[in-house]
Amino acid sequence: MPELIIDGRPVSVDADTTVLQAARKLGIYIPTLCYDERLKNSGACRMCIVEAEGSSRMIASCCTPVRDGWNLKTASPKVHEARKTLVELLLASHADCGGVCADCARTGRCELQTWAYAYDLCEPAGKPDCASCESQACKTVCQKHSIVKKGKKVSIDYDKCDNCRQCAMVCRYGVLKWDGEKMVMRGMPASKKKVNRFEGERHEYEPVSSPFIVRDNNKCIMCGKCVRICQEIEGRSILTFTERGFESTVSTAFERPLEEVACSFCGHCVSVCPTGALVEKNIAEQAGDFRDDELEKTETVCPYCGVGCVLQIQHKDGNVYRVTANVGRGSNNGSLCVKGRFGYEFVNSPDRLTKPLIRVNGKRAAKGQFREASWSEVIKLIARKFKAARKADPDSFAALSSARCSNEENYMLQKFTRLVMGTNNIDHCARLCHASTVTGLVKAFGSGAMTGSMSDFDNADTFFVIGSNTTESHPVIGLRIRKTVREGRAKLIVADPRKIEMAEMADVWLRQRPGTDVALLNGLMNVIISEQHEKNRKFIDERTENYGELYAAVKDFTPEKAAGITGVPAEEIRKAAKLIVNGKAVCFIYSMGITQHTTGVDNVLSVANIAMLTGNIGRPGTGVYPLRGQNNVQGACDVGALPDVYPGYQRVADESTRRKFEKVWGGPLPAKPGLTVNEIIDACGHGDITTLMIMGENPVLSDPDSNHVKKALKKLDFLVVQDIFLTETGQLADVILPALSWAEKDGTFTNTERRVQLGRAALAPIGKARTDWEIIALIAGAMGSDKFNFNTARNIFREMATLTPQYVGINYGRLEETCGIQWPCPTKDHPGTPTLHTEKFTRGRGKFHAVQYRPPAEKTDREYPFVLTTGRILQHYHTGTMTRRVEGLNHLVPEAFVEINPKDAARLKVSTGDFLKVASRRGEIKIKAKVTERVAKGEVFIPFHFVEASANMLTAANLDPVAKIPEFKVSAVSMSKA
Amino acid sequence: MNRVLLKNIDTPNSTDIETYIKSGGYNALKKAYGMTPREVTDEVKRANLQGRGGAWYPAGKKWEVSLASERFPKYLIANADEGEPGTFKDRPFLEQDPHMLIEGMAISAYAFGAEHGYIYVRGEYPDAYNVLTNAIKQAEDKNLLGKNILGKGINFDLKVYRGAGSYVCGEASALIESLEGKRGHYRTRPPYMAVEGAFARPTVVNNVETLVNVPHIIERGAQWFSSIGNPKCPGPKIFSLSGHVERPGLYELPTGVTLREIIYEHGGGIKGGRELKAVIPGGLATSLLTKDNIDITMDVDALWKAGTSIGSGAVMVLDEDACIVHVAQRAARFFAHESCGKCTPCREATKRIHEMLTRIAEGSGAESDLDKIVELCRLMHNTSLCGLGESGGNLVASSINLFRDEYLAHIRQKACPSGACASLALA
Repeated sequence: MPELIIDGRPVSVDADTTVLQAARKLGIYIPTLCYDERLKNSGACRMCIVEAEGSSRMIASCCTPVRDGWNLKTASPKVHEARKTLVELLLASHADCGGVCADCARTGRCELQTWAYAYDLCEPAGKPDCASCESQACKTVCQKHSIVKKGKKVSIDYDKCDNCRQCAMVCRYGVLKWDGEKMVMRGMPASKKKVNRFEGERHEYEPVSSPFIVRDNNKCIMCGKCVRICQEIEGRSILTFTERGFESTVSTAFERPLEEVACSFCGHCVSVCPTGALVEKNIAEQAGDFRDDELEKTETVCPYCGVGCVLQIQHKDGNVYRVTANVGRGSNNGSLCVKGRFGYEFVNSPDRLTKPLIRVNGKRAAKGQFREASWSEVIKLIARKFKAARKADPDSFAALSSARCSNEENYMLQKFTRLVMGTNNIDHCARLCHASTVTGLVKAFGSGAMTGSMSDFDNADTFFVIGSNTTESHPVIGLRIRKTVREGRAKLIVADPRKIEMAEMADVWLRQRPGTDVALLNGLMNVIISEQHEKNRKFIDERTENYGELYAAVKDFTPEKAAGITGVPAEEIRKAAKLIVNGKAVCFIYSMGITQHTTGVDNVLSVANIAMLTGNIGRPGTGVYPLRGQNNVQGACDVGALPDVYPGYQRVADESTRRKFEKVWGGPLPAKPGLTVNEIIDACGHGDITTLMIMGENPVLSDPDSNHVKKALKKLDFLVVQDIFLTETGQLADVILPALSWAEKDGTFTNTERRVQLGRAALAPIGKARTDWEIIALIAGAMGSDKFNFNTARNIFREMATLTPQYVGINYGRLEETCGIQWPCPTKDHPGTPTLHTEKFTRGRGKFHAVQYRPPAEKTDREYPFVLTTGRILQHYHTGTMTRRVEGLNHLVPEAFVEINPKDAARLKVSTGDFLKVASRRGEIKIKAKVTERVAKGEVFIPFHFVEASANMLTAANLDPVAKIPEFKVSAVSMSKA
Repeated sequence: MNRVLLKNIDTPNSTDIETYIKSGGYNALKKAYGMTPREVTDEVKRANLQGRGGAWYPAGKKWEVSLASERFPKYLIANADEGEPGTFKDRPFLEQDPHMLIEGMAISAYAFGAEHGYIYVRGEYPDAYNVLTNAIKQAEDKNLLGKNILGKGINFDLKVYRGAGSYVCGEASALIESLEGKRGHYRTRPPYMAVEGAFARPTVVNNVETLVNVPHIIERGAQWFSSIGNPKCPGPKIFSLSGHVERPGLYELPTGVTLREIIYEHGGGIKGGRELKAVIPGGLATSLLTKDNIDITMDVDALWKAGTSIGSGAVMVLDEDACIVHVAQRAARFFAHESCGKCTPCREATKRIHEMLTRIAEGSGAESDLDKIVELCRLMHNTSLCGLGESGGNLVASSINLFRDEYLAHIRQKACPSGACASLALA
């Protein structure tokens, strides 16, 4: 271990430690502009130089490993002089701003500004304000404790000060200064332009704008972080260096606009830019209105997909200005996608519901007419209606809970439905995405959740991705997988009917026909069994059961047979199988392409089979990874928003369990399992359910066969919808309740890797809107129940955790300290569980299931010759209530489209942009064509986010017999030029 | 001294493999293949062959590091990106004697186990590309390159890669980036190229002149080589002599020869019998020497002690009529043009130095500019990322230190004593 001296202090560190890391270990601050711990060494800015005794050349501490015996000085006069000259040189090339930064969008957060002030090269903008300075960095960096803060005043204790000048380096207001002899605190002198000694030619670039990002190269200091993060983390290389020397700058290929060069607008580049060169568009437009460091910051969890990225909302006066993610927080470690980073505009949308609404005319219409009402009026009305329904028949009531609401809110609604309304008719949209996962994985493993963690994607050497367009639907997981593959650390097999982005970088791409996954997986297993011989015999013998049945089911399922059904060449199946066999740590990743079928459970069982067959369960880098679709779909299931289970997947049909809940909740509970989402909709249509409460869901757009859903909902006696916007479903309601958005409430969310994370309110409540749990508590109270008297989400969590075995050891205190805990967490000192089934499966032995191939429910024929699949795109989310209220996202993808193969397009004589009529046996829509090789001939794809051309007008409610999930991925449609 | 390296240059059909073989070519390769790789490396280490590109780092040491690595394939790259003004010593091998380079590479590759080689040749040598490509073809036909060379089970293939006109690509890691199809940017070390270089594999980059020495060391032995010239940096050295001399050209001389001998004996003295003013001893990145220094011996230590460097051995001679400001401004323009732009000091300081020198040359400079220029040169030297920035201010800084009066004439009298600065009057 090398030993060296830094600023007179000895330190001993590993040989591969950099000088910067060693210094930070000692608490010594060394400035950097181009360093980011996530990126490879660059050494571009040279701000981190330190002096080595006996050498005239200085050492760039960020990229130089320590050397034994070195005596380094990080803040010597020579170092300061060099750094000051470097900053002065940067300023000489910087946009001519008259020496003041006040008009720049980045003022207050700009690192160049910090240094310009620290070295007295520019006049500070705004008033120096030690009282409101949140960083207090001067105090932190002072080794001698010579910075004294008393009340609002900061002063220097000269007896202690050793003139190291570190405080001046970090003072962002330029209050602390070096006057040549000693440190001084200075007031605000009259603003005057400082003369730059190297004044000369400056850059004259035109700022370049895009839907979310403004690039002003005049402010670029060529640290290269944007270029490197786009290349190394995001893997897109959208930004690049161009020209050289003084003319070198950052640009895109051939200086094309970002929209035209496959930029995903993840905004990584903006988040790492140390100056005002890359700025969020909304902030650039308000440059000069406020200092960046005036923004308040609240850490919470992303409201979109199941990856559950930890992010920070930056806001001021009730408006969100920026969303960013910090390194070291959450599994995303600083990464976000376009929706997470830029998709927050809906929060401050004028369309937000702010007051309760009551229908004025009796008839339900697509555009309902409503009047504003007080909370007391609507709650009274609801209580009366709900009481009547309960009295008539508890099972005439149903509630749709929401995977977009917090665990606490879902817990409250299922408790309300069961305890107050006396029915188990509660379900939510997990039914539409991963019901088959929960059913299938419970059968195979005993637990329906992801078996590993996102960190396993760094350790895997083989990925098998089936039915998941990961880079669009779960972008931050997608980039993690792509990074591992791109760096040559893992092989990638993609099975998908569409040529999705990951298919293009895959070692093997298997293009199966929609709905033939079981055949494909059986074919793969057939090869695997003959290829791996005895390799995983021990695992199969010791950890699993029923292998004989699987063997019997797949032994004759040759690749040739599979090829006949799936359309995948037998050779490709063999190639993929060999890669899986050769993998030492294989991750099996799947999503809706597997689950949304009438064979959804069979598909899931097959994935479980192949993982067990190859021994890829329970070790780091292995496992079965169902990617959950919504930010809290895992949690909503965990806390019992399902018709057959209480919180923690405890069966309602089990009497002792029921007794336990009756005792704690203090009332009788129904024994009969309730109806699932589609059964509830059907029951509405049949008049069996007369009263429905919908919390934060939009089934008119999200459920299959929209016409059927609308018709059913119109038959209801009483429909309550609580949401943040007046949705298509809300239009049909009798009462609409304004809910608070994710940015305005506290609550926990459980992401796809079972990580329970804390969402925090950033903004004050908007209008008279309330949190969903408050609304439920109000209704319950009005109906005479005293079991819902909670005053905070924290208190709800406390009750919920005691009843949910997986959550027992979790509480708000722990969640505040950590950045989330992965369940199961049985005790208060348990760290959480990154990997399930390590020693044994939850159910004991893993169980193989013999699965036979069944074709999809709906078949194409002469009239409906095309196979339609539906899904997500990167830029929009679900029914669009949020994302379609974000201007930039609408700019990127303004309208619906149908992907169609060039051959089909030629036959129909349509080209991209032409309107097509797409019809199924249930309905028809008019939609623009997008001609692309992404879809195979005879297959088409429509994203389901767009109300004006809603994919679910076409889909059918053909359900999996066990999990009751509809087959969104296979519908027969006809296509004609509109 | 008899020419060893340049011995074939004047032979007719020198690029033809038969000519080369007739003069004893490829014998060293056969001899080397009879030795173990370790023995070849040791021989070159004992000879103390040092890098002729300008860094004078022992070639054997680089090889040893790569030899120790278990990662394959390994690469050998000949650095033929001869981009520094005044340096043209590699060109004869690339255009007239390609087989000496190929033989040197085949032996060197064998020494540390490289199976693939590249010749990274500067784009501005169009003939070199054709000559090298033909020569490689000839060598392949004779099974001196390719698979199972000479039936010894040794593989080594060779490709020519053309640079696109960037000085910094002469630096090993930027060269590798460029070879990989990327922008020519310096890579921070570690990892060293010998451990993780081209395509993330162990890679040795040697200068052309370094590599052409290898066959002779193998053939005649380390002892022969190390007894030539200065014992600390031994061997023959090709000096590129240019500027105001009677006979500019290439001179193969032992290291340690005096500058006076190069200029006055081999170069025939100053052109037109004029007085010597200054010498750029090792290329545009080295500090100036004045006429008082010309008895200096051309070896690494002596020049280091004199505050400059032997560099690539590009000796540029300036006579009494040369304008130092003009020379410095042209040098500054070169480095500003060639800075890759990656690190702050080089990108920004080369620009400002050139601006200030241009102002001085045009008569609008200030005396304070001189201190600023020297400060920026020092900043570049102390803090730059790579050798370009580190050495790019040497010539300019030394010119101000040595010829301050000439600068002051430009600044105070707005006059150019030599008349080279067009916008100023003669003093």
